[in-house]
Amino acid sequence: MSAHHGPAKGITRWLYTTNHKDIGTLYLWFSFAMFLLGGAFALVIRAELFEPGLQIIEPEFFNQMTTMHGLIMVFGAVMPAFVGLANWMIPLMIGAPDMALPRMNNWSFWILPFAFTMLTSTLFMDGGAPNFGWTFYAPLSTTYAPPSVTFFIFAVHIMGASSIMGSINIIATILNLRAPGMTLMKMPLFVWTWLITAYLLIAVMPVLAGVVTMMLMDIHFSTSFFDAAGGGDPVLFQHVFWFFGHPEVYIMILPAFGVISAIIPTFARKPLFGYASMVYATSSIAFLSFIVWAHHMFTVGMPVAGELFFMYATMLIAVPTGVKVFNWVTTMFRGSITFETPMLFSVAFVILFTIGGFSGLMLAIAPADFQYHDTYFVVAHFHYVLVPGAIFSIIAAVYYWLPKWCGNMYNETMGKAHFWTAFVGLNLTFFPMHFSGLAGMPRRIPDYNMMFADWNMLSSIGAFFFGASQLLFLFNVIATIRNGRKASDQVWENPEGLEWTLPSPAPYHTFTAPPKIG
Amino acid sequence: MSAEDTYYVPDQSKLPIFASIGLFLTVFGAANWLNGNDSGPTLLYCGGLLFAFVLWTWFATVIKENNAGMNNAQLKRSYVWAMGWFIFSEFMFFAAFFGALFYIRNFAMPWLSGTGDRAIETGTILWPGFENVWPVMTTPDMAANGASATTTGPDLNMSFAEAESIWNWLPFWNTAVLLTSSITVHFAHTAIKNNQRKPFNIWLGITVALGFIFLVLQVEEYIEAYQHMGLTLESGIYGSTFFMLTGFHGAHVTLGTLMLLVMWLRSILKGHFKPDDQFGFEAASWYWHFVDVVWLGLFIFVYILG
Repeated sequence: MSAHHGPAKGITRWLYTTNHKDIGTLYLWFSFAMFLLGGAFALVIRAELFEPGLQIIEPEFFNQMTTMHGLIMVFGAVMPAFVGLANWMIPLMIGAPDMALPRMNNWSFWILPFAFTMLTSTLFMDGGAPNFGWTFYAPLSTTYAPPSVTFFIFAVHIMGASSIMGSINIIATILNLRAPGMTLMKMPLFVWTWLITAYLLIAVMPVLAGVVTMMLMDIHFSTSFFDAAGGGDPVLFQHVFWFFGHPEVYIMILPAFGVISAIIPTFARKPLFGYASMVYATSSIAFLSFIVWAHHMFTVGMPVAGELFFMYATMLIAVPTGVKVFNWVTTMFRGSITFETPMLFSVAFVILFTIGGFSGLMLAIAPADFQYHDTYFVVAHFHYVLVPGAIFSIIAAVYYWLPKWCGNMYNETMGKAHFWTAFVGLNLTFFPMHFSGLAGMPRRIPDYNMMFADWNMLSSIGAFFFGASQLLFLFNVIATIRNGRKASDQVWENPEGLEWTLPSPAPYHTFTAPPKIG
Repeated sequence: MSAEDTYYVPDQSKLPIFASIGLFLTVFGAANWLNGNDSGPTLLYCGGLLFAFVLWTWFATVIKENNAGMNNAQLKRSYVWAMGWFIFSEFMFFAAFFGALFYIRNFAMPWLSGTGDRAIETGTILWPGFENVWPVMTTPDMAANGASATTTGPDLNMSFAEAESIWNWLPFWNTAVLLTSSITVHFAHTAIKNNQRKPFNIWLGITVALGFIFLVLQVEEYIEAYQHMGLTLESGIYGSTFFMLTGFHGAHVTLGTLMLLVMWLRSILKGHFKPDDQFGFEAASWYWHFVDVVWLGLFIFVYILG
């Protein structure tokens, strides 16, 4: 029976694998490579912005860097990292033998290296890489786009196919492969948040495919979707894009909520406060994500009724999000907390993500947004929810589960050093952007007024600091895998969850017979 | 432990990596072709062939595994969930285009013609003289720039004109054909569940034929549009929405017909499908009902109210 032997040898293990742990590992390493690539693009941006004036790169190339940084980080780093965590952890958490459809699982992964090779190769094409921002607004991305936009469109198509297949797999696994007794309301929150995320993906990735198809048709077949001369409307692009785009930002944060909800109880040594309310809050956030998209477009010229609706609907999101933050804080309240590396990242997540949430509330106020729109205040806002939000939770998850994955304990001192350098680096990078933004510095501009010079210099120093600290992370992870101290099966002190009942490292095949759930 | 209790986790497989290569070459070739590179068509055809071959092998593998009794009831449920949510994702793809049509007709058009909140900017300054009439026969470009306009509307449109001509109206017959095919595929489903092989083959064969007839009628309609009505992809927003919605629907009908044809051949040549195990066919029939529902949306919003 195939289910009982170990991994194959050599490269074919990774090319042909149907094992959820192998595929999870592939996703995680791929995402880390993309994180470094997207990070390198960010450092090009910050190097240019270190001082006012143009010194290092041409404005055209600067635009390509902002675009590619956003695309690579969103689609190449954050999303695959969470899918990697889902692959590794969901079968272990629900007592399943593997993902529901293991071959399709492999396919979902292996599309991505091709898609991102094609996307990155546009940097070397005539006319350069896409330069219209990661939101690729028409007509910048249609009438005025470089020829490489065609390759961008098809790359988006196939990564969308990958995401949809990945989500179908996750839904089928969670709904169909839970061990007997693992009822929905007994599932770990990471599983819950991923179930809801998978629904969001299935609902909006096809809409993204639709909008890039309209672009393709406008560019190559002279349709008029985004061209007013033929009766279309460039604003239509923004509506369709953000109908995908807003749920997309929750796709990048809901699994993070799940990770944090797993880590905080372990190190506070208390069960998670308000489990059921966490589930309902996540569902409410997912629902609301479909009716707030136009808050990204307050200045585009919408009817007042639209502005008001999207403003109030957006503010409503603060309620379930507040429930979550309240629950995490209450979980920690009077717990006997220790601050191992995963906990440090998680506590920082709660605080810094909340800052990002508050700046989001400021941006939700339509009349105020007229001032903030397209300034560095927006950049500060979404980097606060994505960097100490999504990325910190991914890093926390890696430290938390790495001993279970590879059987070895990471170096705690180095982990803490990574945390503090990353923490200082990111705040130094992004906090000043609130001030330069409120003072009126526009985003996506290679040069700026002298008055913004000090804040920008600080941001640039912070960015290089933050970037360098990730090398420490890389080193720590490799050192742990190669010759870390042996970890115990339980790893932490009485952590909750089926994954901790398994040996460390988790055997190649686990739960081939479903475990008994007490 | 018996095969009944064990969830079948397949061994290593070469299928996915080759499927990825095939898919990549297909889109890479398509992008090169559209950008005018000579290598485009060759890459596209090679990729498409490879992709088709991998899919063929993949489905054959799954069928063999199922016939060998490797798929327990739980694994079969996974396929059911997967097909259901795949169809939902297709639904959302069409929703993007229907949503675009809704937005254009209810927001963009009035604003372009100078009514509502955006009257001054668009109507008066940019496109003076444009009137909000759907289908758009006179584009904003034509209204504002007259004979020098480059984005021109069609000469005739596909909207339903008058009640007495309904028998001569192609979309009406298309609707009849597709609705009938949804019923015949349901009869086929009932037949196989009752272990009636012959009626199954007949009803499924009729469904495939109806799907084919629909496609022929649709091609006929496109020829009519391009040759006699001056209605093309380039005829402003009406042509864009008309051809993209009906075109993607047509592509899905083609795929659905192909799926049902394969199921029909599997039944008559190989004797596949049992009363209690016919999900391959059932999935194809779900897909077929789905394209039928999309057509009803098209019929109402593109033709009747179009």
